[in-house]
This record gives sequence, C-alpha cells and structure tokens, in this order.
Amino acid sequence: MEKTVKVSKPFMDDLKHTAFLWRKSRLTMIGSAIILVFLLMAAFAPLIAPYDPVQQNLQIKLQAPSWQHLFGTDQFGRDIFSRVIMGSRIALWIIFLVSVISGSIGIIVGVTAGYFGGIVDEVLMRITDMFLAFPSLVLAMAFAAMLGPNLTNTIIAISVVTWTTYARLSRAEATKVKSQPYIEAIRAAGGGNLRIMFLHVLPMCISPVLVQLTLRMGTIILTAASLGFLGLGVQPPTPEWGAMVSDGRNYLIDQWWISTFPGIFIAFVVLGFNLLGDGIRDMLDPRLRR
Amino acid sequence: MAETLIKIRNLKTYFPVKKSIFSKKLFVKAVDNVNMDVPKGSTFAVVGESGSGKTTLARTVLRLIEPTSGEIEFDGKNILELKGKDLLEVRRNMQIVFQDPYNSLHPRKLIKNIIGEGMKIHFKISDIEIRDRIAAVLKEVGLIDDHMYRYAHEFSGGQRQRIAFARAMVLKPKFIVLDEPTSALDVSVQAMVLKMLKEIKVQESLTYMFITHNLSLVDYIADKVAVMYVGEVVEMGDKTTIFNHPSHPYTDLLMASNPVPDPKFVREKRLLKGEIPSSINPPSGCRFHNRCPFADERCEREEPELREIKPGHFVRCHYPL
Ligand SMILES: Nc1ncnc2c1ncn2[C@@H]1O[C@H](COP(=O)(O)OP(=O)(O)O)[C@@H](O)[C@H]1O
Ligand code: SF4
Ligand SMILES: [Mg+2]
Repeated sequence: MEKTVKVSKPFMDDLKHTAFLWRKSRLTMIGSAIILVFLLMAAFAPLIAPYDPVQQNLQIKLQAPSWQHLFGTDQFGRDIFSRVIMGSRIALWIIFLVSVISGSIGIIVGVTAGYFGGIVDEVLMRITDMFLAFPSLVLAMAFAAMLGPNLTNTIIAISVVTWTTYARLSRAEATKVKSQPYIEAIRAAGGGNLRIMFLHVLPMCISPVLVQLTLRMGTIILTAASLGFLGLGVQPPTPEWGAMVSDGRNYLIDQWWISTFPGIFIAFVVLGFNLLGDGIRDMLDPRLRR
Repeated sequence: MAETLIKIRNLKTYFPVKKSIFSKKLFVKAVDNVNMDVPKGSTFAVVGESGSGKTTLARTVLRLIEPTSGEIEFDGKNILELKGKDLLEVRRNMQIVFQDPYNSLHPRKLIKNIIGEGMKIHFKISDIEIRDRIAAVLKEVGLIDDHMYRYAHEFSGGQRQRIAFARAMVLKPKFIVLDEPTSALDVSVQAMVLKMLKEIKVQESLTYMFITHNLSLVDYIADKVAVMYVGEVVEMGDKTTIFNHPSHPYTDLLMASNPVPDPKFVREKRLLKGEIPSSINPPSGCRFHNRCPFADERCEREEPELREIKPGHFVRCHYPL
C-alpha cells in the first residue's frame, strides 16, 4: 500500500499561522481588544451598571459627571453610565439577529440562484440588484418608517437591506461548486436537487459569508444607531445608543455628557469591528499568507 | 455470448456553444452517433485522446447529462425514460469514479459522510449499520476503518481514488465507470490501484467501463475496446483482436506510437502527426482524413459507417487495414 501522506494536521498549522498574522498586526489586536471589552460589557451589564437604566428620578436630572454618576444623568434623571452599559446588550442583540437573518436570507437566495442558474438566477439576481440600487441607510429608513419604530422592526429593516452582499457571495461560490465532481458524485448516487443544494453546496458558502458578516458588523451598529437617532429605530426608554445621542441633542451645549458618552461608545465599537474586520480580511488574503 | 448490460444506440450529446449572436447556432459534438454493447461482467475500455468525448459519453450513460438524442438501455430498461423510484434504482446500479482525485471528494466532509451519503439515499438502515458497511468497504479497497473519520485532504491521490471507488462500491452497483482513474497517479501507485480494481471486479462480479488514453492499461485490464476519435467510435471489438489486428488507421497509429515495454512487441515507431480536429466543426467525410496516411479523395467526401468487418469487430473506415 502506498504510504499515508504525512500531514501534520494542516488545519492546526493554518490556525497557528493565522495567530501569527494576528499578533503581527497591532491594529487587528486593538480591534480585537475593543470587541472583547464590548462583549464582556454586554455579558456582565447588569453587574456593572450601578443603577436601573430606565428608572426616572427628576430630582437628579441633568447632573454633570461625578463619582456618583460617572457619565452624569439625563433630562429624566437616569444614570447615563448604566444606560450606556445596558445599551451594549441592545447593540449586541441587534448585531446577532441581523447577522443570522440577513446571512440566512443571503445564503438561501444566493445558493438557489447559483445552483439552478438560468432563469431562476436571472430573477433572483435582478431582485437583489433592486435592493442594491438604493443607499442602504435610505432603504433601511424607508422600511423602518413603513413597519413602525421598535426593536424588532429595526432588526428586520437592517436585515432587509444587508442580505444582498451575502446573496452575491454565496451565488458566486455555488456557481463554482455545483459543477465539481464531488457534487456530481452525489447526483450519481441518486441525490436530488434539494439534498445537493442544502447539504453539499451550501456548506461551502458558509465560511466566506461568515467572514463578510464580521466585516459588516460595524455597519450594522451604525445603521441601528442612525435609525435610533432619527427616531425610526428603538424607542425610548430602551437604552439604545443612537436614541440616547438623539435624547441629548437639545442639551448639547450645556449638558454635553448626555449625547457624548453613548456617541463615544458607538464610535469605539464601530472602530473595533472595522479594525477586526480589516484584520480578518487581510489574514485571509492568500497573497499575505505564506 | 454474454448478455448485454448496456446497450447504446445512435447516442448524441451536443453542447451548444455561444458564438456571436449573428452566427448560426454551433454545437460541440462531444458524442456523435455512438453505438456500443457492453457485455455483463466485462471490462469495456473506451480509448481516445483528450477531448474525444470519453467523459461526456460516460456522463451521458449515467444520466448525469441528458443526451441530444439516442437510446441507452441498462439491463433491458430504457433509462432515458425512467423517473422517480425506477431511476433511483438504476442510479444505484451505475456508479462512477472520476478522473481527478483532488476534486471528487467533498473538501468539508468526513470520509464517513462522503461514502455514507449514497447509502442514506438508497438503504433504510441504521447509522450503526452504515458505519459498519463503510468500515468493511474501506478494508476492501485497502484502507483502514479509522480513515472514515478523516477529511479528503489527509489522503494521497491513490488513497483518494480508493475512497472514491469505495463510495461507488458501497451501493452494490452492477456497473462502474472508471474515468481515467489512475491518470493522475504515480506509476507505482497506479499499478496497485489497478490490481485492486481488477480483483474487486471479479469478487463482486462487476462490469466496468474503463476510460483511458493509455493503451498499456487497456492491455492489462480490458476485455473489450472501443476507440473514440472526435466524438465517434472508430473501432470496436475484443481486446485481442484490436491489439493484434488494429484495422482502423487511427488505432494502428495509436498502437505504433504507444511505448510498449515488452521487447517482443517492438514495432516500427510511427507517430501520429497533425492536430486533433475540433468537435465543433468536425472535418467532412472521415473525421480522421487530415491525419490519415491512407486518405484519398473519397475519404474527404464520404463519411464512413461503423461496419462489422468480422463478427464482433467494428471499424469506421473505407479502407480497413
Ligand atoms: N459541459 C460541457 N459544455 C460544453 N462543452 C463540453 C462540456 N463537457 C465537455 N465538453 C466538450 O466536449 C468535448 C469532449 O470532452 P470530454 O468528454 O471531456 O472528452 P475526454 O473525456 O475524452 O477528454 C470537448 O471538446 C469538451 O470541450
Ligand atoms: S476512411 Fe479514409 S481517411 Fe478515414 S481512416 Fe479510413 S482510410 Fe483513413
Ligand atoms: Mg475526460
């Protein structure tokens, strides 16, 4: 018998090399650190937040930052630090659900179009193009306004405008994969279209879509915050960062802390996701790999 | 005479080619008017240069692509008319091992799932039984049962072809197409894989269609040979007949240009000259006339038929040797 090829677990080698590239890029590490802090913040929010984020107390309204209220209080006397901390959960929830929903829609549409080709592909891709023809924030605003402003609808509106990227990506992958002999072998074994599409072609589309999803997470937060700011997103008293920035609009000169702190958090988390996303993209770039 | 397992009649598989919108529709005549009888229990070799339509023929016979016209019978059933359950049963009985070992196993699936997929489709058996059968078939093809928990990239080319063969075998088919199964392998590995294929064929009373461009392999493994040239069968018959008395000038030249290691087979070395014509616009008359040393004006004008010059020996030539 011919000898087994000595493979020192290429997957592990790959992982090590990825870790090496990750350590080499300072910006990627900074991005990862920011996201780690963000995740921990969301995980332990109720333990970190000293006050109830929605409890009003007009006696202490509009207080400047102090040791009692690190980020001060807003016009209803709510502790901004607590609201910002609890807001991380809202942001994370939006990112998670939007990623799951838009990723699933995108993969299913893309794989169907790519696998069947022809007229199915033509129709599905024209629909995708229609969504791509509008600036995504404008389209999200339109959907949010149509559906009514709340958390669920924010998630739906953002999902509806972001699935197109994943659809195009999966379509390209499915088109490539469907004519491979390993797919034809399943047809030869008697596998039908649905089996081949979902059990064999689709799994090949998951990793490029996942990478793209992480690249897009910053944009998701930013869109959610924009909707919140415009009053088309999550409604008060829910501590959503965009809505909080909007809350402080009228007090910007004298009580700058109301808008500033949630604003800083938005900026940092978006920055974190973008740095991490860029890092991941570079790490996967075959030209930079070995 | 053995029973016929596969009967192919006037089979044509054309692929449309997109030229400019103004020119008339063109086709790649990948398989053109092929007739073949594959006897039960035989190893039927299909020989030809790259692009002569061997893979397309195999894919059409397995109904992985639809033919343009013609008939294919498997075990007495016209498979082009089958649907649903009947088609599924015929599919189980006809399997294939592809040429490229590096693309024929799913890169993200365990060998267990690659081999087990067909069983899940066809057999109502438990996961444990599926696993046991996989272990058995892996042993049969010269691997070990632990290999089922690995991915394709952990194996060499030869091992991958063994796995692909196991995937075919595990469905207990009657017929397996081996599409240049060893052309991507080292010579030493090639010999071992061929030996295994030959042994298992006898054990399991299989019928093979063995596709290759290498005549030495044909000599080693085949009983019957069909020589293809630009989509057509130009000569067909028993291996001994074809090897001892090649009657089509193309077969003759193939034999002459094939290096035979055995010194008693040393022939004068004559080489195939010229380009293989395109199957989009095959030459008029005999498709071989631009390369044939015996071509005359009739060959350019009139297309020869596949004629039976002796019982069981078919040649497509006006002037068989
Ligand atoms: N799916 C396809 N679409 C268009 N042309 C094809 C397709 N498959 C094969 N061909 C063409 O058909 C001819 C025969 O190819 P093939 O059957 O692969 O030959 P072989 O296996 O003998 O090398 C070639 O000219 C090839 O380009
Ligand atoms: S028909 Fe003529 S050109 Fe064709 S192979 Fe025979 S002799 Fe040669
Ligand atoms: Mg081929």
